[in-house]
Amino acid sequence: MTYEIVLAGFGGQGVLFAGKVIAYAGLVDGKEVSWLPSYGPEMRGGTANCSVCVSDEPIGSPLILEPAILMALNTPSFEKFIDTVPAGGKVFVDSSMVDVTTDRTDIDVFYVPATELASQNGMNGMANIILLGKMMKETGMFDLPQIEAGLKKTIPPRKANLLDANINAIKLGMSN
Amino acid sequence: MERSLMKGNEALAEAAMRAGCKCFFGYPITPQTEISAYLAKKMAANGGLFLQAESEVAAINMVLGAASTGVRVMTSSSSPGISLKSEGISYIAGSDLPCVIINVQRGGPGLGGIQPSQADYWQATKGLGHGDFHVLVYAPASVQEMVDVVVKAFDKADEYRMPAMILADGILGQMMEPVTFPEIEAKNGDKPWAADGHKNKREHNIINSLYLQPDVLEKSVVDRYEKYKKIEETEADAESYLCEDAEIVVCAFGATARVAKSTVNQAREKGIKAGLFRPKTVWPFPAKQLQEASKNAKTLLSVEMSMGQMIDDIKLAINCSKPVEFFGRTGGVIPKPTEILDEIVRLGGAK
Repeated sequence: MTYEIVLAGFGGQGVLFAGKVIAYAGLVDGKEVSWLPSYGPEMRGGTANCSVCVSDEPIGSPLILEPAILMALNTPSFEKFIDTVPAGGKVFVDSSMVDVTTDRTDIDVFYVPATELASQNGMNGMANIILLGKMMKETGMFDLPQIEAGLKKTIPPRKANLLDANINAIKLGMSN
Repeated sequence: MERSLMKGNEALAEAAMRAGCKCFFGYPITPQTEISAYLAKKMAANGGLFLQAESEVAAINMVLGAASTGVRVMTSSSSPGISLKSEGISYIAGSDLPCVIINVQRGGPGLGGIQPSQADYWQATKGLGHGDFHVLVYAPASVQEMVDVVVKAFDKADEYRMPAMILADGILGQMMEPVTFPEIEAKNGDKPWAADGHKNKREHNIINSLYLQPDVLEKSVVDRYEKYKKIEETEADAESYLCEDAEIVVCAFGATARVAKSTVNQAREKGIKAGLFRPKTVWPFPAKQLQEASKNAKTLLSVEMSMGQMIDDIKLAINCSKPVEFFGRTGGVIPKPTEILDEIVRLGGAK
């Protein structure tokens, strides 16, 4: 099994972080994984994205051009990547931030008001993790203990106090 | 051994430290800055020296100075920065000093761009500075190999008293992959030639690349070429994948070889007898290995992130005995598996 994922949004929304959580969950699970960030003049407020691949096989190109799984956290990212998703793909959209929809019927699009859910639940800044929870539920990529293991590896020791909040955000995403 | 997830740049930096690198002189440039950043944090605590120089030219000359004293030393840059270092690299080669130089390539020429490229192949393998000289050039294709080749590069640079280069690219530098660190012995080797203080117990050691008498200079160069001949016989390294019965052998190095390998697998699924030949050293070029890998091939296809700089070495390796075709993207564009597959089908599938 191979999962090819693109996560995209504004710099500061945590798309690189959410991608790392997936990669670390794969690492702990003994999978082959790769994580490739867009790098360059991106900055807070600019666009950022990363390609993540999780596979049972050695990974060829770490750059994913046709993601079967897409997370879009803002409108420019949604518009940039929505047509690169192959038929049968799954797309996870923060509908609090993305004000457009797609006419495509050959893919499953999950519109989750993640930013609103985050602020209603005292999880400001964790829309990315809520949407990650939804992604795990709908794709079956990793279960809760596996994604928790990924979070533990991704969150640096000096921010360990944020682990529980992140786990709660995953759970919230899984229940939506 | 525990697998950890690291960026290629950071894994390389960690491996260099473990291999006994005591001095690092650098100057920031995308996409290799994580090497500097990592060593800035860790080098001092490991009993080494990290210094951000005022320029690439200064950094490479600091490498020359440190290497003269016999310590393991490294510098790192990306394409335009390597051009700036080329004078110093020639001096280091002419002084028979070991060091490790990292090039995490980006698009060129000029300031070019910051996305991945392999367009410094000619520079690395044919002309990394003025004068008759070579450097050992390793071409890793994964984060794990970034670790493995840097350890090897330090050993071989010491063994042959010459610079060794890691020719990586922006993909390998920026991507994270699982990596394990083998038992690495921090070595420095026996360096009786080092200018590290004679303490009145021996003659002065002199490190120099200036020879005003032509016959003396000629002899120093000819001696070095004797060494290069031995290196060409013993140090060339390559991976052959499904080449045994391959009718079309795809040749690619570095990150491009990863894309090419996926494509070869896809071609096989279509019933096309494709194989991959991946040079792991690009100087010396693995000519004998390619002759063997392509013995049943009808066509060879070089796939590069450049306008085709490895083609000449491939043609020379097989004495132009078979057609060598080319597919490449340049300027920071990464070749897509689909476009490489189209090329394989066009060349190898039309029977």
